Amino acid sequence: MSAILVEHIAKHFGTVKALDDISFSVDKGELFGFIGPDGAGKTTLFRILTTLIIPDQGKATVNGLDVVKDYRKIRQDIGYMPGRFSLYSDLSVEENLNFYATVFGTTVAGNYDLIRDIYVQIEPFKKRKAGKLSGGMKQKLALCCALIHKPSVLVLDEPTTGVDAVSRLEFWEMLKRLKESGITIVVATPYMDEAGLCDRIALIQDGNIMAISTPSEVIKKYPNSLYSVKSDDIFSLLNDLRKFPDVHTVFAFGQAAHVSFKPGQSAGSSLQDYLQAKGHSGIIISPVQANIEDCFMELMIK
Amino acid sequence: MYRAEAENIIVVKDLVKKFGSFIANDHLSFEVKKGEIFGFLGANGAGKTTAIKILCGLSYPTSGSLNVGGFDIYREREKIKKNIGYMSQKFSLYDDLTVFENIRFYAGIYGLRRKVIEERASGLMEKLDMKEARDMLIRDIPLGWKQKLAFSVAIIHNPKIVFLDEPTGGVDPVTRRQFWDMIFEASREGITVFVTTHYMDEAEYCDRVSIMVDGKIAALDTPEKLKSIYGASSMNEVFLKLARIKVE
Repeated sequence: MSAILVEHIAKHFGTVKALDDISFSVDKGELFGFIGPDGAGKTTLFRILTTLIIPDQGKATVNGLDVVKDYRKIRQDIGYMPGRFSLYSDLSVEENLNFYATVFGTTVAGNYDLIRDIYVQIEPFKKRKAGKLSGGMKQKLALCCALIHKPSVLVLDEPTTGVDAVSRLEFWEMLKRLKESGITIVVATPYMDEAGLCDRIALIQDGNIMAISTPSEVIKKYPNSLYSVKSDDIFSLLNDLRKFPDVHTVFAFGQAAHVSFKPGQSAGSSLQDYLQAKGHSGIIISPVQANIEDCFMELMIK
Repeated sequence: MYRAEAENIIVVKDLVKKFGSFIANDHLSFEVKKGEIFGFLGANGAGKTTAIKILCGLSYPTSGSLNVGGFDIYREREKIKKNIGYMSQKFSLYDDLTVFENIRFYAGIYGLRRKVIEERASGLMEKLDMKEARDMLIRDIPLGWKQKLAFSVAIIHNPKIVFLDEPTGGVDPVTRRQFWDMIFEASREGITVFVTTHYMDEAEYCDRVSIMVDGKIAALDTPEKLKSIYGASSMNEVFLKLARIKVE
């Protein structure tokens, strides 16, 4: 049985289609990522799964329980970390954790095993008010509170947004350990580089799932020939590449540009000559494998 | 674009900022060249926001000397404010005003005349391909449009320097790149760009990058040099090597 099963879910807000006929399933114990920008529909979907809003149409179940009919039972069984910090700012770290444990009819001691690795990192600050914590510590406390009743499914809405690269890496290491304990994890993120850390991903944009697969399968399906092109002047390089005949897309990737050609077409040797004629120096052209961001952009502009 | 011989547009010497016994900025010293894209990176809580607030004339340093756009931070804060632009992801445009009203509001604050405002507003909407959105409320336009508009509005008065505080958080990858095209263009036109980001690929677009760790500047150089100094293949690796040592 799937941990989460969603069939033809749609949700409107006024004239805005937040979710447009979405279907997918998440296996038990899977770490499943929804990758997409703000406004893609991730939060709406998560609110439906956590029984906080009702879909206009379609059916969704969590552990076989219906999100509309069985909402009480589902709430006992899931942990939810909303995108916005939602703990009590005027309670201390310790008080927040005790509060959430009590609400779910359990104790911190009873489920301490699950949160120990994370909680020890914030324990030195347990008397501090939650509102006074740094971003990284707030995030760790929120995760502890979402876990304290030992949920079987954990729903995390953009836990790493606005968090620096080091804290992001550490957060994903924590998720990996939680997954090993058998918890099903559904996580949303706008950072494409985090996709590779999931078992499977759904690329989501404008309320639609554009692709759903393992990260390596998504990359394998990238249709174009792709090159990494460098020169000493990235700004002119991008502009000149866009004017090159038969070019499909040109996007900046760090200090290089990724240039794609539709299947059957390629840069050939003429690109080197073209850039030289345009006065570029330090030109390096090499074929490159697409990453998730290349795939996402290709699907977006289709 | 970074040119060693260009004039310094920001000069910071021994900037210290304390909050009680906590040292948020610990003897920062650096210079930014005119027209440069300067990446100001650091972990959460490293002291970036504190330093930016001081550079924008919104907060006084505890000690140190600072010159921004040719003006002294202690004596000429109002002149600094007129010569800089600022944009952050968290707040920049008014949701309940239309696209045009936001442009008019910001241009008006910077003292642009009505006729100039009309001209710049229509030029801007033409350039952003947003003419049909002129009378739409900001809350009703897509995030990508908002970000581009917010940047354009931040430089509507042709400032010497524009400060961008995590300008691309949460936007889709195509818009994020279009946004950087706009940054490159502004830099070409001579505007100095001072930018913070958590996207490490964006650090590679900067002419020079500084990385703050615990209130100090731990490294400052071009992305190429930083990568070679730290034996890293990407700025992400450089950042992790420097910032991972000490977390919280």
